[in-house]
Amino acid sequence: MKKSRFWAWFWILLGALYFLLPLFSTFLFSLKMKKGVLSFAAYQSVLKDPQFFKTFIFSLEMSVLTIIVGLAIIVPTAFWVRLRLKGLRPIVEFITQMPFVVSPIVLVFGLIRLYSKPPVQLTRTPLLLVMGYVVLSLPYIYRSVDNGLMAMDVERLTEAAESLGAGWTTILFKVILPNLKSALISGTFLTFAIVIGELTMASMLAWPAFGPYMALLGQNRAYEPAALAIMSFALTWAAMGVIQWVGRTSFVKQEQVGGIH
Amino acid sequence: MLSKMEVKQSNLKDGATPRPTFSIFRDFLFLLPFVIFVVAFLILPTISIFISAFQDPSGKFTLQNIKDLFTPYIMNAYLLSIKVSLFTAVFGALIGFMLAYASTFGKLPSWVKSYLNTFSGVASNFASVPLAFAFISTLGRVGLLTALIQQIFHVSIYDLGFNLYSFWGLCLTYLYFQIPLMVLLMTPALEGMKKEWREGAENLGATPSQYWLKIGLPILFPTIIANTVLLFGNAFGAYATAYALTGGFLNLVPIIIGAEIRGDILHNVGLGYALALGMIVIMGITILSYNYLQSKTARWLK
Repeated sequence: MKKSRFWAWFWILLGALYFLLPLFSTFLFSLKMKKGVLSFAAYQSVLKDPQFFKTFIFSLEMSVLTIIVGLAIIVPTAFWVRLRLKGLRPIVEFITQMPFVVSPIVLVFGLIRLYSKPPVQLTRTPLLLVMGYVVLSLPYIYRSVDNGLMAMDVERLTEAAESLGAGWTTILFKVILPNLKSALISGTFLTFAIVIGELTMASMLAWPAFGPYMALLGQNRAYEPAALAIMSFALTWAAMGVIQWVGRTSFVKQEQVGGIH
Repeated sequence: MLSKMEVKQSNLKDGATPRPTFSIFRDFLFLLPFVIFVVAFLILPTISIFISAFQDPSGKFTLQNIKDLFTPYIMNAYLLSIKVSLFTAVFGALIGFMLAYASTFGKLPSWVKSYLNTFSGVASNFASVPLAFAFISTLGRVGLLTALIQQIFHVSIYDLGFNLYSFWGLCLTYLYFQIPLMVLLMTPALEGMKKEWREGAENLGATPSQYWLKIGLPILFPTIIANTVLLFGNAFGAYATAYALTGGFLNLVPIIIGAEIRGDILHNVGLGYALALGMIVIMGITILSYNYLQSKTARWLK
């Protein structure tokens, strides 16, 4: 028993060293902008840059749109498949897995090929970027919503609402959505974590988003990128914190496996 | 209304769900947004890449693009992509499994496990540009760890042959999201192992190592391989982290496709689509094998 505990600590400490060392040294590095003293000058420099706010707000807007469009498309489908079209489940699940097969760089290649010239020219509107983001987050939103639906008795709730005279909009908005709250929150924050710093699609479609801004800063500066890395780690932590907190207050399994690299 | 109720009642007696009128029309309405969206922004783009890979610049059918894939430049890119993905998948899976195992069965304080899982959730989502920045600040030419090692040992790791912007540097960076992903994927499977199996084995006189070799690992093996395969795909499709770290100098398949989109660096658009098609094929095989392997363990761990 003693031996097994030794090896358990050994692996955990080895893991901790590998994971905390880059974070610690990035943080220390970010404080070294002024020679000889530790200061938050790099953070001030980042926050003073108007491009920082402009691109961050842009990406924030894109993530809000992604979440709205994504939920509007996925919730009715997931609900209906659970309720009436159980036979279609494998097909829908297969489709929601497809974004893993068509990676972002390939997808954006196809989107540009299709929609950069008439008859359908979408590359000049952020719509194409939002739709691309909805595809990227499709597996995560679908699984969150589906987990949430699984945890409630969709059939009985719908039946009860129906027999009380509720129409389909009432059922969706007043019965299903409130019960999906924690699943929706976790899907929302996972999508936010994916979209906010996304580089591939934003830079290929040439939008002034936060990801391309960070990449550009990395080519020109030394200390500001370190500060940005710490800030986005804190942001990711906050998003995941919300998901875990929601997970603790409900019985629904929360989805937190994600990431577009 | 009355007839609808009657229909419902009779249906309920049969144990079936009530099925109101106009159902086909309604099915259609509920699924329509999803179908339009998926066709327009996922299926059509994929098909268009497929078709373009078999077209010459004038739009005629050709196999030349596929043949052109088998030139040293392109083959090396696939080879490097596969090497990076394989290495980080195998080591990510190994270390991730060890961490998940240690936190589940290692008799450690319970906070270790909850910290590990929280951190894994964050780290598996902490990727692309900021992740590259973190490693540059740590192990780049002027990184803190590089400087620290130089101070202590009076030798630069870069003189010893280490380079963050190379194969090994990229692997080290990818492991930062690969290991946590494995922890997140493996922990539920380890938790799903039933106490009865272990008790049964112990009652029959098995030692812990016998239990793991004859029962534990054979049950978990397909899941471990499935998750390793998923990690492989996770690294193979990665563009942002590699681009931010190496500035696009490392010849990975996603990097070449990205350069091709920015400007025709291959001087052959068709070849770009063939390259993308190759990626779809490899990722498709990856996901299919993942699903197949995962289904083999699923029946044990439910």
